[in-house]
Amino acid sequence: MRIPCPFCGDRDVSEFAYLGDAGVVRPFPDAADAGERVFESVYLRDNPRGRHAELWYHASGCRGWLRVDRDTATHEVASAVLTRAPSL
Amino acid sequence: MTFRFDGRTYNGFAGDTLASALLANGVRLFGRSFKYHRPRGVLTAGSEEPNALVELGDGAWREPNTRATVTELFEGLSARSQNRWPTLGVDLGAVNGLLAPFIAAGFYYKTFMWPAAFWEKVYEPLIRHAAGLGRASEHADPDDYEKAHAFCDVLVVGGGPAGLAAALAAGRSGARVLLCDEDFRFGGRLNGDRCQIDDGPGGLWAEQAEAELRALPNVQLLGRTTVFGVYDGQTYGALERVTDHLGAVPGLPRQRLWKIVARRTVLAAGAIERSIAFGGNDRPGVMMASAVRTYVNRFGVAPGRTGVVFTCNDNGWSTAFDLAEAGLASPTIVDARTAPARHLLERAAALGVRVILGAQVVDTAGAKALRSVTVALGDGHATTLPADLLAVAGGWNPTLALSNHLGARPVWRSDLEAFAPGPLPPGMTAAGAANGAFTLAAALRGGAAAGAEAACACGHKVVAHDAPRADDEPSASSALWHVAASRAKAFIDFQHDVTVDDIVLAEREGYRSVEHLKRYTTLGMATDQGKMANVAGLAIMAALTDRSIPEVGVTTARPPYTPVAIGAFGGPHRGPAFRPTRLTASHDWARAQGAVFVETGLWLRPQWYARPGETDWLQSVCREVTAVRSAVGVCDVSTLGKIDVQGPDAAAFLDRVYINTFSALPVGKARYGVMLRDDGIVFDDGTTARLGPEHFVMTTTTANAARVMQHLEHARQVSWPDLDVQLASITEQWAQYAVAGPRARQLLEAMLDDAIALSDEAFPYLACGEFAWRGMTVRLFRVSFSGELAYELAVPARHGRAVLQALMQAGAPMGVTPYGTEALAVLRIEKGHVAGPELNGTTTAADLGLGRMMARKKDFIGRTLAGRPGLVDPARPALVGLTAVNPAARLRSGAHLLKTGEKPSLEADQGYLTSVAYSPTLERWLALALVAGGRERMGERLTAHDPLRGPDIEVEICSPVFVDPEGARLHA
Ligand SMILES: [Zn+2]
Repeated sequence: MRIPCPFCGDRDVSEFAYLGDAGVVRPFPDAADAGERVFESVYLRDNPRGRHAELWYHASGCRGWLRVDRDTATHEVASAVLTRAPSL
Repeated sequence: MTFRFDGRTYNGFAGDTLASALLANGVRLFGRSFKYHRPRGVLTAGSEEPNALVELGDGAWREPNTRATVTELFEGLSARSQNRWPTLGVDLGAVNGLLAPFIAAGFYYKTFMWPAAFWEKVYEPLIRHAAGLGRASEHADPDDYEKAHAFCDVLVVGGGPAGLAAALAAGRSGARVLLCDEDFRFGGRLNGDRCQIDDGPGGLWAEQAEAELRALPNVQLLGRTTVFGVYDGQTYGALERVTDHLGAVPGLPRQRLWKIVARRTVLAAGAIERSIAFGGNDRPGVMMASAVRTYVNRFGVAPGRTGVVFTCNDNGWSTAFDLAEAGLASPTIVDARTAPARHLLERAAALGVRVILGAQVVDTAGAKALRSVTVALGDGHATTLPADLLAVAGGWNPTLALSNHLGARPVWRSDLEAFAPGPLPPGMTAAGAANGAFTLAAALRGGAAAGAEAACACGHKVVAHDAPRADDEPSASSALWHVAASRAKAFIDFQHDVTVDDIVLAEREGYRSVEHLKRYTTLGMATDQGKMANVAGLAIMAALTDRSIPEVGVTTARPPYTPVAIGAFGGPHRGPAFRPTRLTASHDWARAQGAVFVETGLWLRPQWYARPGETDWLQSVCREVTAVRSAVGVCDVSTLGKIDVQGPDAAAFLDRVYINTFSALPVGKARYGVMLRDDGIVFDDGTTARLGPEHFVMTTTTANAARVMQHLEHARQVSWPDLDVQLASITEQWAQYAVAGPRARQLLEAMLDDAIALSDEAFPYLACGEFAWRGMTVRLFRVSFSGELAYELAVPARHGRAVLQALMQAGAPMGVTPYGTEALAVLRIEKGHVAGPELNGTTTAADLGLGRMMARKKDFIGRTLAGRPGLVDPARPALVGLTAVNPAARLRSGAHLLKTGEKPSLEADQGYLTSVAYSPTLERWLALALVAGGRERMGERLTAHDPLRGPDIEVEICSPVFVDPEGARLHA
């Protein structure tokens, strides 16, 4: 499997570290239900078969965190974008 | 060339395989079969060979189950037959053949069910001795292996007519082409068949095609290279046998494992001829018809003098014709069909080949080699023909494994009576026989079209060439899987000794699905992966259950296509090269000082410095600890992770990743910080210094440096992309030395002269500064892990060794001593500082006595879940100190704690010892421990229980700070 890093180009998956669901948003810490929502965001992750937006870290490359749109059944990567636009 | 087989010396020629050379020497018997110890010879001339398996090489080089049909002959080759005892000719295991009724399919499950105790003691040793293939060497693999990467536009798998045509079409367009063939000679069937391309022999065309390809700079040819697997992202695994055909060659690897990334792939892997299941179809002398042609035409070997060809298709007839034209005694054709094409009959008549139509071979005879063949005639009579060679032509199966590696299934083509490729992996097209195009002209056409199309898809312009002219007459065929009239054992899977009767038994006992069939009979589970067996097994099950072959289904094909040594996957990454090794700037100096090194992460760190006369590590460590406590010591701490944090929001960023506050830290000060994971558990710790309003330098533990970087980048890029902050790893850029002990200030003043004022007023505990010294930028931090007056001095890594030597020189009058990680650990345990054993992924800040560091008025990673009930339970294990009641007793880390008198059990467990050291300062063993509700239990006595290493020891709970609890030394 290869991931098209927007910064480095097409690179082998061995250069990346996987985190998981890119849809998880860090909950606002002072909300009344913060405990419940943080628990969900930390422990209750979806693991769908098929298209999935995931976070990957280009550890042996540009150190960019990527949002990768990948099919978990075929490993086909539809897109990969940096989660934060490079400031330089 | 001379070579040895079973201790006898033979002669062969360059270009021979072990099989062709032995056949040429009249050897027919190659080994004994897996289960029944039946004599076996050569069945094929390719990598699908299930029978002619030998042990190749001697000693550590011994490689079992090597296929003689693809083993290239070299001078001095040494091989032995396998699974025979005591000798190949006289094999006592053949008695298994008489026990056959008891060791049919499923015999493991039935015969040896009872009594259970007999399995381990009687049955298993018996079976292990009797059944099996070759013996492993039982030594470490002595060979070198290499890994290589290749990228190309078009990968062509297979160098037969279709593959050569594809490579030519793509190569001529300028595309980057990689052509792989498992054989040591390109040409595929063109090497073994007598055929014409344009106006010359097929073999000549193959040589010319290869020469043209070799002359193209954009084409690379890899012979002796098997593409064994297809992986995601158009990635292919291939094994190149670099020196297997030469013996050991200094400087060259035995094999090279290729990882190939190809934009397009042409699968031109050809086809495998299938056998027919009839009685005694495994006897030495029974051979595939195509293999007979290969031995006659390519190797110039007569595999027999009296030949019978048993066929159900036109293609088989060419074997009889080749035998006749080669001047071997007139063969006989037995064709199961009643009315083959007239031109075949005419040619047979012209060559004097006897033809028997509408007949089937039902049995064979001969002890260790074929002697005769029994044929059931169409009229119900039978006849016996003398024969030392029986060529079997059962039709062809396209070689599809690579097309199925990503999970696709092949499709049944009734016109071909064979499976053809189904949906192909991305970027792959199939051509030639692998695609069911069985005529030579169709293979050349299909290959050229596939190569051209692949090159076009990669953006290359293809110039049309005339397709070479060749035979385009399809081989008429009428599939014949099984001779029903046979009574003797008819083999389907030769390597695993699976017969037609086993499949009948599986069906009768209800194992009808393809997966059940496979597991119950072990069909297709040998090292050949059923290349010749699987489709035949399905066909017979289909007939038994009145289903079509595709209704029975197919099993999953997985890499590797042919066996690959584990050593090849490991490549050069073994022993010390298993992982990279990181060395600090002063590594060589430390080595010269007698340092004993320990791996931490990838780093080698001095563990202690052995002095002449010291006989025991503890002696060295105690000396180093005492030197630090009484004078001054120097420790290389360069391996700590160092991260530069800069930007207008740098302070705000650190507030969110640490539990404590950094925005309030003044410039010129350092602070100890703790990070949590999202789930509230402690992740890492270290000191972070503020060098400027927008500039911090963070340190992490050695082991976690990379993980902390990933964590911080996640915080910066994913959680808070709005924060203006930048990170850079500077671990490699700075060498860093801890200078610790009551004379540390004296030493640094002596070395640094007036570069910086170091009095306690000018540079107090937790001060930091950056200044110039001897033309370099130097950073100094007054931090302490030992509890002594201590500094850490950071210098550009290239100056590390010189600065360390300067420290030692300046400190010589003060008795400076280098110390390693063991002394470092003793010093921190004496002082009650936590490290890896306490930051073990289960502890909270509060567990470690750091709960009060958690800021209440800000958000930070892990805050919310750190507050959940389970993590604030006062009964949780908390960090305490322990001493043995008997001062001489030795404590052991990992020992569990019990209330005195309690029996050891999970419920009675009070906690465990995390870190243990002998303290030369207190002259006794000390421990840090995690004890349930431990902070409220000071003075309580418990039993340290270590059933593995020692007796129970009575211990007493105390504060974890054993030395200088009031911090007088620290603030000196
Ligand atoms: Zn990148």
